[in-house]
Amino acid sequence: MPTFVYMTRCDGCGHCVDICPSDIMHIDKTLRRAYNIEPNMCWECYSCVKACPMNAIDVRGYADFAPLGHSVRVNRDEEKGTIAWRIKFRNGKKDMDLLAPITTKPWGTGYPNLSEAAAPTQEVRDSELLFNEPKYVRMDEGGLHTLESNGLEIKEGVQY
Amino acid sequence: MFTINPFAELSASIPPNVMQGYLILMVILVAGGTILDMMHKKSAKYFFENAKKAQKNAKRTVSGGEKIGLAVSTVASEMLTSSEFCNPLRRMSHLLTMYGFIIFAVTTAMMVFGSSIAVLPQLWHIGALMLAVGGYWFWFFIRVDVSAEGLSPFRLERGDLFILSLLATSTFALLWSYTQSAGIAGWSTLFLVLFIASTTLLFGGVYWSKFAHMFFKPAAAFQKKVTKADGSMENLPGDYDLTDPEVQKRFPDIPEYMGKNPPNMGLGIKREAPNHY
Repeated sequence: MPTFVYMTRCDGCGHCVDICPSDIMHIDKTLRRAYNIEPNMCWECYSCVKACPMNAIDVRGYADFAPLGHSVRVNRDEEKGTIAWRIKFRNGKKDMDLLAPITTKPWGTGYPNLSEAAAPTQEVRDSELLFNEPKYVRMDEGGLHTLESNGLEIKEGVQY
Repeated sequence: MFTINPFAELSASIPPNVMQGYLILMVILVAGGTILDMMHKKSAKYFFENAKKAQKNAKRTVSGGEKIGLAVSTVASEMLTSSEFCNPLRRMSHLLTMYGFIIFAVTTAMMVFGSSIAVLPQLWHIGALMLAVGGYWFWFFIRVDVSAEGLSPFRLERGDLFILSLLATSTFALLWSYTQSAGIAGWSTLFLVLFIASTTLLFGGVYWSKFAHMFFKPAAAFQKKVTKADGSMENLPGDYDLTDPEVQKRFPDIPEYMGKNPPNMGLGIKREAPNHY
């Protein structure tokens, strides 16, 4: 789902140009608004969508799996330290808001002092988990998550 | 120079009703250009279709009184103080240009239509100066082509028609007033001709320039406020107050990882202005 810019909302500030890892967000030389110069090369990282202070960038769904009517929009609030998503399903029945923290300390203050951190024990070294992997991302509590452990199974065919 | 009404001096060679006719023609050109622009870009059609779509997604109805309140806040914030600009320098330059242009245009019309208020010539010159200062500041230092992309300030595009005709209007107006009051006849005529040419370009070029943004932008800002008020939010997620216990109950990750009263986290990536184009 490559990104595109709502030209009427963009004010040409350049945050998307700075952040794009593929360097495909550019400022149009005549209109002075950002645009995606090569949607085929967009790997849909959403960086520009999140960085845009005007919420002027959106993603275009591929028509086969995301026909018209759906919407996935995001608001990354730097000062609150949160990211909010709103996902509207194409049947119009499901409209959900999600909110998650993206930092727990003010920006630029939480650098770990690695020289003072305790070295990993032999047990940790032998473990398949990463050193100091936070509880939030590790998945070893009660075993690894599988379809089976979640009571799911793969069904044949296309499911709607 | 600052206390002399240049149009009173000019009425010796050009009859006042010709000047008045020219002003009326300019108003007609602006109205016509804006309507043609709207028809060509289908902006009004898009605007109302979008408003209808937003209304369909609305979570609540915005009452008439509330809409008046939103309109008042749009006038007070977006229109009068240009609050949409994130860059404070850009905002200051826009305010100088905008108020300079308004003062300049209104005092011109009043003087041409024979108003004899003593302070008008001073205001006319102050307006032209504000317009020139704000405009040249923007042109040489602030706009992205120069400040971020490092392009030459003398590179011209069709998109520059509006700002360049504004700059030409204010510059030639001041030069004309100066040469006229100093009694330099030949130069004064030349600058008068250039002043008329640049105002004609400014008001006659509405269809090709961004002159009409002064009508479209407030409408768009108002519509944006309505979508916030009615909850449709252009499909954007809501703006949550992290200290609200309801929000904390709905999203338990917030109090768990950020505490009950999260501090202001600062500007994040916005600490640094984008300049790596």
